[in-house]
Amino acid sequence: MSTQEQEPATQEQEPPETESPGDRRRAEKQRRLAADRQAEAEAATTTDEETVLLKVFRYDPEVEDKQEPRFDDFHVPYEDGMTVLDALIYARDTFDSSLTFRHSCRQAICGSDALFVNGSQRLACKTQLSDLDAPVRVEPLPHQDVVKDLVVDMEHFYDQMHAVEPYFQSDDLPEGDLEEQRQSRENREKVKMSTRCIWCGACTSSCNIAAGDNQYLGPAAINKAYRFTMDEREADKKEHRLRILEQEHGVWRCQTQFSCTEVCPKDIPLTEHIQELKREAVKKNLKFW
Amino acid sequence: MTTIYEHDVIVVGAGGAGLRAAIAAHEEGADAALVTKLHPVRSHTGAAEGGINAALRDGDDWELHAYDTMKGSDYLGDAPAVEGLAQDAPEEVIQLEHWGMPFSREEDGRVSQRPFGGLSFPRTTYAGAETGHHMLHTMYEQVVKRGITVYDEWFVTRLAVTDDADPSERECHGVVAYDVATGEIAGFRATGGVVLATGGLGQVYEHTTNAVSCTGDGNAMAYRAGVPLEDMEFIQFHPTTLPSTGVLISEAVRGEGGILYNADGERFMFEYGYATNKGELASRDVVSRAELTEVNEGRGVHDDYVYLDMRHLGEDRIVDRLENILHLAEDFEGVDGLEEPMPVKPGQHYAMGGVETDEYGATCVEGLYAVGECACASVHGGNRLGGNALPELIVFGARAGRHAAGADLGDALIGTGRSGEVEEEDGLDLPVEPGATTGGDAVADGGAVTEAGSVVEAAVEAERSRVERLMERDDGVKHSEIRAAVQETMGNHVNVFREEEGIKQALRDIRKARERYEDVYVADPSRTFNTDLVQTIETRNVIDVAETIALGALARTEFRGAHWRAEHQERKDDEWLKHTFVTWNDGTPDLWYKPSVLEGEGGEYEPKVRSY
Repeated sequence: MSTQEQEPATQEQEPPETESPGDRRRAEKQRRLAADRQAEAEAATTTDEETVLLKVFRYDPEVEDKQEPRFDDFHVPYEDGMTVLDALIYARDTFDSSLTFRHSCRQAICGSDALFVNGSQRLACKTQLSDLDAPVRVEPLPHQDVVKDLVVDMEHFYDQMHAVEPYFQSDDLPEGDLEEQRQSRENREKVKMSTRCIWCGACTSSCNIAAGDNQYLGPAAINKAYRFTMDEREADKKEHRLRILEQEHGVWRCQTQFSCTEVCPKDIPLTEHIQELKREAVKKNLKFW
Repeated sequence: MTTIYEHDVIVVGAGGAGLRAAIAAHEEGADAALVTKLHPVRSHTGAAEGGINAALRDGDDWELHAYDTMKGSDYLGDAPAVEGLAQDAPEEVIQLEHWGMPFSREEDGRVSQRPFGGLSFPRTTYAGAETGHHMLHTMYEQVVKRGITVYDEWFVTRLAVTDDADPSERECHGVVAYDVATGEIAGFRATGGVVLATGGLGQVYEHTTNAVSCTGDGNAMAYRAGVPLEDMEFIQFHPTTLPSTGVLISEAVRGEGGILYNADGERFMFEYGYATNKGELASRDVVSRAELTEVNEGRGVHDDYVYLDMRHLGEDRIVDRLENILHLAEDFEGVDGLEEPMPVKPGQHYAMGGVETDEYGATCVEGLYAVGECACASVHGGNRLGGNALPELIVFGARAGRHAAGADLGDALIGTGRSGEVEEEDGLDLPVEPGATTGGDAVADGGAVTEAGSVVEAAVEAERSRVERLMERDDGVKHSEIRAAVQETMGNHVNVFREEEGIKQALRDIRKARERYEDVYVADPSRTFNTDLVQTIETRNVIDVAETIALGALARTEFRGAHWRAEHQERKDDEWLKHTFVTWNDGTPDLWYKPSVLEGEGGEYEPKVRSY
């Protein structure tokens, strides 16, 4: 399933082949839902309120009239300060409760609601409608399998994040008095931006290389590795970490197109971090010549 | 076919408390698994900004931390829990540091600490103004490292508990969960114990700093299974949230020197005598009431909010320690905190009350634990101090994880259930009967069968029929309407300022919501990622939890901590140095009390006037 298909909304009403009461019920429900949605959408367009038109990607492998991907129109009354997430919530709670998207914190820290809005990866909760051209086109993140509507399968993203050994290696607290490890302010500053990653997946979705090479670690995972490679508290693990990163599908795949850096909602300089790791890898290898 | 997964310890929720519990159980040698309706890194611990209180330095010690916490609690904390928090927090913080958490640092490379409201020593460790984010990710990293099983986007909807008449005789055998991605309902058997770590209940209110996922699931499930909910009337309203969204502006802004002004440019915390010593750094309940009083007396901005100004701190210091605040003010209020004061008003932030536990996180039901915000040990009593939530997660998460894995932590000093000095409430003037509705086929009760071998299987069956009933209906009331009605009445009547008639109105409205819930329907017919169904189930939890808050608020006829009553303007220690408990009692809720435990290691904490 790719999000690149752009089917118009279809209104086929063929009676489904019912197999069980549950299926029959689902079929009945979806017909009712489609009718309600149409009626409410029409009602909304006839009012005088200032509305914003959202064109939202819909797909559900289980629901007959959503098996063919399509875009639904939602006319949402506009209020100052309204975000794309606010508009989606309004559309769901008012017009169609089956409209499905992940969201939780509403404040750009949980990383649940990265979406493809008007052709670029953005967090819905921190994207103001006033910054967008109408109609606002809302799609799931490209290059990931769509589960339903705006929800994509994140498993591969998580696998890549886990692949770089994203954790401090030492196990136990040292014997003796309770004491922290020392870290200079400079070093904390060096890793600071990399630690801000919220795992939203916007960067990886925007990356052409990741799209073509499924094994490529991708910008988010490499940034996670950067966070550990550069942390002076585990300087003795640096070589080990660089070995993971210089593998065939590691840092050398990056072609410095900066798309990841452009879309990152936390302003992490991802491309710079990848470049710096390339330099570190070269330095490490020179040492052994 | 019923799938039953089996682990030694099942942790429900994967925020700070859940992750710490799972790691602790794993370290104790148990096979631990996390079951979360989100993915761990999406948990709302990540939104915590300010910091973690821990007595780490010369000049500070755990006794001072315990004293501050007990005073902040308005003497409703239980000393063994309060002291446990203060004693264990330093080691837990150092442990986080060794796991790599990127704390803010001093010139000498040690972990920085800053002042926070209600603290007698600057003991709040932090990582910028995004401490919770770093804490959450650091612990998730350790979960990955240890290979602990995570069932993400599995929504736990029911506890598998035996149905002995006396809840204290019941045993928890596991949980039932709904796989959001596929719609499968499966059982999870826990041979050691189940640890509830489901976080907050902020969705009971419309204006809240909490995530939309904070629906009090653990509280509601434990409640329906017979576990007492304790001190539910104590809800913290954070004084500095953005007016349009409820997004939190950390107390760290005031800790670093930020100043509150009213519309007339007066520094009201001092000028109107709300807190003439501590000013902006008085306890949160004090500052929230001060702000609303300013607004109510006509000195608010647009009759809605006040200003929080940090410009005088200078760009360097702000960017160094509060950078995240600049982003939040810009993204969610369109204000540049370097150039303008930020608009702020009180918003629901934290539940001091929750599932009753002892100081190890154990409930009165054998094999069931609760930790973090959903629990009430009680550390925070009538009011939580800033910087005390995060240490609670790791201290009690670790304790419960170890206990559930079989470690011997010694005898608990805090009793649970109807043990010790129980006092029944029988004179409460209720406007409507609370509890289960008669015709409610969507009412989920916690009780299951007593045959030990089949408790989980029976709970799965019960949950299947509940979901089937919810999915079956073709028409009716939308969950979003019911939830909005509950939020509205709670915001109007069980907020910062509470009056008897208002609380009664809230109970009536909640009753109406329960009745409407009998006709709730799930429009989405799909089994795939059906958030319509998930939110419908959550809404039931919101209703149950809201009712317990309102019941406690009506019963407690005094002013203590965050609980303010118009008709009762003083703290009544003779009558009210006791915890409120609400039990579901199979659908006809009971209210009762037990005294708070003020006897600590070094003697009794003497209730004093709480002034700042």
